Amino acid sequence: MSGLFASIIDGVLVGSVYGLAAMGLTLIWGVTDVVNLTHGSAIVAGMFGLYLLTSTGVPPYATLPLILVGGFLVGLLLYWICVHRVIGRPPLMSLLSTFSVNLVLIGLGTAVWGTALFNVPVALPSVSWQRYTFPGTHILAAVLTAAIAGCLYVFLHRTRLGKAIRAVANNRGAAELVGIPTTQVLSLAFGLGVALAGVSGMLIATLFPFTLLSGDAYQLKSFVVIVLGGLGNPTGALLGGIALGLVEGLSTPFMPVSWTLVIEFVLFVIVLIAYPNGLLAPRRA
Amino acid sequence: MTALLELDGLSKSFGGVRAVKGLSFAVEDGEILGLIGPNGAGKSTLFNLINGVFMPDSGRLRFRGLDITGTPPHRVAKHGLARTHQIVQPLEAMTVIENCMVGACFGRENLPRAQALDTAREAAVFVGLEDRLETTAAHLTIAGKKRLELARALAAQPILLLLDEVLAGLNPTEIAHMIGVIRRLRERGITILMIEHLMQAIMSLSDRIVVLNSGQKLAEGAPAAIANDPAVIEAYLGDPALARELQQGSGDERRAP
Amino acid sequence: MRGGAPGGSAKHAAIVRRPFFWIIALVIAAFAVAPLLGNDVELRESLLLAAVYITLASNLNIMLGYAGYVNFGSIVFFGLGGYLCIYLMGSPGWPLVAAILVAGAGVSLLALLFGLGILRLRGAYFALGTIGVNEAVQAFVSNFDPWGGSSGIYLSTELFQALGGPMQALWSIYFLLVAVMGLSLYLSYAIKSSKFGLGLLAIGQNEDAAAVLGVPTALYKALAYSASAFLPAIAGGLYFFKSAFIQPTDAFDLTFSTEAIVIIMLGGQGTIIGPVLGGYFYEELRGWLLTSETFSHFQLVVAGVLLLLIVLFLPGGLMGWLHGRWPKLRRVLE
Ligand SMILES: Nc1ncnc2c1ncn2[C@@H]1O[C@H](COP(=O)(O)OP(=O)(O)O)[C@@H](O)[C@H]1O
Ligand SMILES: [Mg+2]
Repeated sequence: MSGLFASIIDGVLVGSVYGLAAMGLTLIWGVTDVVNLTHGSAIVAGMFGLYLLTSTGVPPYATLPLILVGGFLVGLLLYWICVHRVIGRPPLMSLLSTFSVNLVLIGLGTAVWGTALFNVPVALPSVSWQRYTFPGTHILAAVLTAAIAGCLYVFLHRTRLGKAIRAVANNRGAAELVGIPTTQVLSLAFGLGVALAGVSGMLIATLFPFTLLSGDAYQLKSFVVIVLGGLGNPTGALLGGIALGLVEGLSTPFMPVSWTLVIEFVLFVIVLIAYPNGLLAPRRA
Repeated sequence: MTALLELDGLSKSFGGVRAVKGLSFAVEDGEILGLIGPNGAGKSTLFNLINGVFMPDSGRLRFRGLDITGTPPHRVAKHGLARTHQIVQPLEAMTVIENCMVGACFGRENLPRAQALDTAREAAVFVGLEDRLETTAAHLTIAGKKRLELARALAAQPILLLLDEVLAGLNPTEIAHMIGVIRRLRERGITILMIEHLMQAIMSLSDRIVVLNSGQKLAEGAPAAIANDPAVIEAYLGDPALARELQQGSGDERRAP
Repeated sequence: MRGGAPGGSAKHAAIVRRPFFWIIALVIAAFAVAPLLGNDVELRESLLLAAVYITLASNLNIMLGYAGYVNFGSIVFFGLGGYLCIYLMGSPGWPLVAAILVAGAGVSLLALLFGLGILRLRGAYFALGTIGVNEAVQAFVSNFDPWGGSSGIYLSTELFQALGGPMQALWSIYFLLVAVMGLSLYLSYAIKSSKFGLGLLAIGQNEDAAAVLGVPTALYKALAYSASAFLPAIAGGLYFFKSAFIQPTDAFDLTFSTEAIVIIMLGGQGTIIGPVLGGYFYEELRGWLLTSETFSHFQLVVAGVLLLLIVLFLPGGLMGWLHGRWPKLRRVLE
């Protein structure tokens, strides 16, 4: 029983990091109407960012701001390479253009690093509470996620720029009419979304070993999370991530790990068909 | 004698918005029934309920005596019910004739493809698109796209036609043309339920009018009676220009039978 | 046979009477004859791969080009077909033709069932769902002991004797694959010329409007998904019979279905001859890159760059470009 309880708590901690990745994906989707299939590469880039920076002597958690800024710049670049020209075109086109960039990034990555397993050792004392022990990395990852999510919330709801982003997400045409520079806002949102994905990748890499091909699995998790939490809803994404973490926490003691992805996929399809607007999305007008 | 289409206590909400509330009326065989009401009154939503795009929360729909409540749109089409959209929905990459062929192939007659061509061409010619048969829909003007909406619906050879603001956004010449087309449709025996904001047009075309306000029926009757109904004028008072047009439109109706 | 109204355009003459029917026949003949001249085994192997690519792309095009649904995981049909065929030829000892036909029918049926569920998803959700289907099937097969789990199934090469020995068998498999490719092209053509195809194209343009016009969208999409599974499954059977071995990582390799997408976009989505042009050029390019030491590791990178350039600058592919350049060609080359 105690094993299960610990597993659930740990699931919530890890799930919040999945939620962070999904926030990046859903932000881009909500604002630009583009389903960013470079999301998986962005997560992997965050993982390798941590690996490369720590190997040059940067302390693990000091890489976070670097990856945040780097991810934002890379996101801007990606927007101009593969998204800008397909904005407003049929969804097929943005799916394929981001998919193709993903192929290139993963292909180049595997050419350099192969598909070997990487592990970044992060030394943090674990925390004991009553009979339970939780790894410090898991707790710190959840705390940092909460902090970033809080900053994002404040940014989107309290600042001029954040409000502009939300206005464009609501109605791009109307936003343009009132003088919001939509192209800048779109690229900004894309950069921000990629930065969030990168940071979540970095945090995940402090928890688990990873390979260059880990992106696909985490990308699928992000989609499951979005489906659980409702499209274009960053707060929902955080809740969805926690829900997914719970599911993983509950299932891992009973299943071989190789089935996790399949279970998540089945969950994805069932939830989508039963609740097209998201399971946790508030039912409002 | 049952009516062609009977609505019985239809309701539909979107979250907290009650778009249609307990609406009942009937469309008689062969008539043109006008549906008017301020923006957001629930007119388009009603069309979506009738042709199965939305499932009503409650209430029943009968078409030619048959209960079609909750029937999906593609089956409703087979029963002989076709519609146009307020916001045009052309099949962009397909030509005018191909658009109409979709209507002909999958409409009431369920024609095989080889036979659909003639029906499709006839429908396109009927609305005045004879010069545009091979033009891709994306390249039509807005007036052309409105005509295409109508042609596609006609190609289905419907018994009842739902027209959602087919005159909106057209210039006076185009409006006159479209009104002529609608008159000729009635002569062909097609029953029409039409939403229109252009009072003059709807007052002169309709045999009867139903007025919708906040999802409820406000009034129902002959155009002249509707135009002088204080409750209707009251509903339009937020928009004095429309209210004035409402009264002028009924005057027109008497001049042009 | 004299259907159609008086003066009815050639467009609606019986399929066999249209020039395009014979253009497809010409393509098939070229594939069949080219390696026979001079008994060129190397050319045959290259064309065999091209035929597989064209088969995958052409069938995928029914979903992607006609109905507008991106299927990233179409390789699952190929892999499952391979598995069913190899399994049936193994211990139950079925002959090749019976095994591939049952594999095709079985996978098609499975696709119909899957399709009725997964096709309720739209756009990106569907695209991701298809990746998920492939992942799920791969995970299942890797744990499925009757099919050898993750180590797969080997066939005895004795089986080649039934086709006249290994050398002759390779030729027979090649001709069968070319036939499957030909059938794929005719299937695409028949669908596009039919009422069913008209409905699919309408779905691809605007699914809601199509439904309002009376197109039974759910049924049509599921049928298209199922139809697009049949011939790839047979091709999978032949392909894996050729190597007398199948394992999950080869059978469900997403690289293959990704390349099929690149081929469709390169040739021109929604066209019939597009996948042929795309498949041929892609295979040529690949063959050329593989011989170059630096590029052989970058197959997917090259595919990605190619896809990106097409999407950004030539969204209609080669056929779109040709049709734009010479509009009259539209009537001859579909
Ligand atoms: N798909 C929908 N989702 C949510 N609300 C809707 C939807 N369609 C219509 N509404 C709401 O229902 C009400 C009636 O809209 P509509 O039927 O379009 O009005 P009308 O056609 O009379 O102008 C409006 O308040 C509108 O915002
Ligand atoms: Mg309306």
